[in-house]
Amino acid sequence: MQFIDEFRAPNAVKSLLNQINALVKKTVFTKDSPLNIMEVCGGHTHAIFKFGLDQLLPPEINFIHGPGCPVCVLPMGRIDTCIDIAKQPNVMFCTFGDAMRVPGQQGSLLTIRGEGHDIRIIYSPLDALKLAKLNPEKQIVLFGLGFETTMPGIALTILQAKQLQLSNFSLLCQHICIIPTLKALLALPDIKIDAFLGPGHLSMIIGIKPYEFISQDYAKPVVISGFEPVDILQSVIMILMQLIKQQYLVENQYRRIVADKGNTAAQAVINQVFTLQGNDEWRGLGKILDSGVRLNEKYREYDAELRFNTKRHCQQDDPNARCGDVLTGRCKPINCPLFGQTCTPTSAYGALMVSSEGACAAYYQYRQSDLI
Amino acid sequence: MCIGIPCQIVSIDKNLPHIAIAEVNGIGREIDISLVTSNNKPITIGQWVLVHVGFAMSMLDEDEAKQTLSFLNAMQEEEPDVGVLFIGKE
Repeated sequence: MQFIDEFRAPNAVKSLLNQINALVKKTVFTKDSPLNIMEVCGGHTHAIFKFGLDQLLPPEINFIHGPGCPVCVLPMGRIDTCIDIAKQPNVMFCTFGDAMRVPGQQGSLLTIRGEGHDIRIIYSPLDALKLAKLNPEKQIVLFGLGFETTMPGIALTILQAKQLQLSNFSLLCQHICIIPTLKALLALPDIKIDAFLGPGHLSMIIGIKPYEFISQDYAKPVVISGFEPVDILQSVIMILMQLIKQQYLVENQYRRIVADKGNTAAQAVINQVFTLQGNDEWRGLGKILDSGVRLNEKYREYDAELRFNTKRHCQQDDPNARCGDVLTGRCKPINCPLFGQTCTPTSAYGALMVSSEGACAAYYQYRQSDLI
Repeated sequence: MCIGIPCQIVSIDKNLPHIAIAEVNGIGREIDISLVTSNNKPITIGQWVLVHVGFAMSMLDEDEAKQTLSFLNAMQEEEPDVGVLFIGKE
């Protein structure tokens, strides 16, 4: 959709674009040296492509598609751990749909379901809990995936499992926290990010204060944004205003959903169940200090990796694949030699091509004309 | 995975007050409302909430909910989170 008249509020979109065009002229950015705004959240990436915002904005503004899609930062080896567990006798393996087609060394969860293993796509972690109650003879394993948006729901599910004394329920924990991720990204020497479009629903949980290190220590604007075209364009204006004034803050464009302090009940339940421990490896970002989310001591009995005594798989990515460079904004998907060749939505090499929020999938779907 | 879905509360479980039935596009689903309720802020029938993986995460007013739904409907064909909730199956 790239015809402004098709937007729900076409006049508002036109007006915002006019303001952006006027403001960008007051900055130092040019077509050859554009303002690089990283949209952290995969939901924003999806909306930017779906509504063609990157093409409506002036050439002095460039979106960099960040690492905020939890499926995209999954190291390949973690899918192999999922498969190791799913192949154990009597296991019913539950996952969100997003992770089904992500390839590991041994195939994907979808391919092993085709081989007869019991893989269930769930909408809510509570669905996995119900399966545990209904199938006492089976071991139900939940693949806990996602940033802080998903963690409260998983944490409440663990609390309920303990309350119900369910001994046949466990969690394969693959959560990731946004702040260590952004710190790791900003520490990379060859990354050029001028401003951040902050994640909307994740910030609904954690609030806006945790991002202050970006504005204070790195002098970069952060604007927490909603997902609609008007939201994103308003956020771009707020970023431009900060750059023109040279006053760098964390601003909240999405006040109607995001309270500045976040959802304190959700924060409490995350802290009750999870702990940060260890330097985990993430696709494209490498090892990140204190990024490993684990069940804490009190709930460790629900840790699927301990229960099934799994080994960690360390798979080296194909040296030609540029998933990591795409995730960190070093290149666009079309600059990857595998893109559209050996990596397509039907035979993906990496998660960025199979996740609905992945930059490569979005490019493949909406930007075929760029390839000609 | 990070897109929440606006849903309207249609009933609350009498025995389990943290469990409600919420509807979106005519489809009812069981959701957990414990993260948006407290003793001084009970939830009422008809209230719109933003639901993420089966848990209400935030209250919404009706206008905001309906605007968000029209936006999500536009994105539905590629967004599995949206699709699974709207269609009610894989």
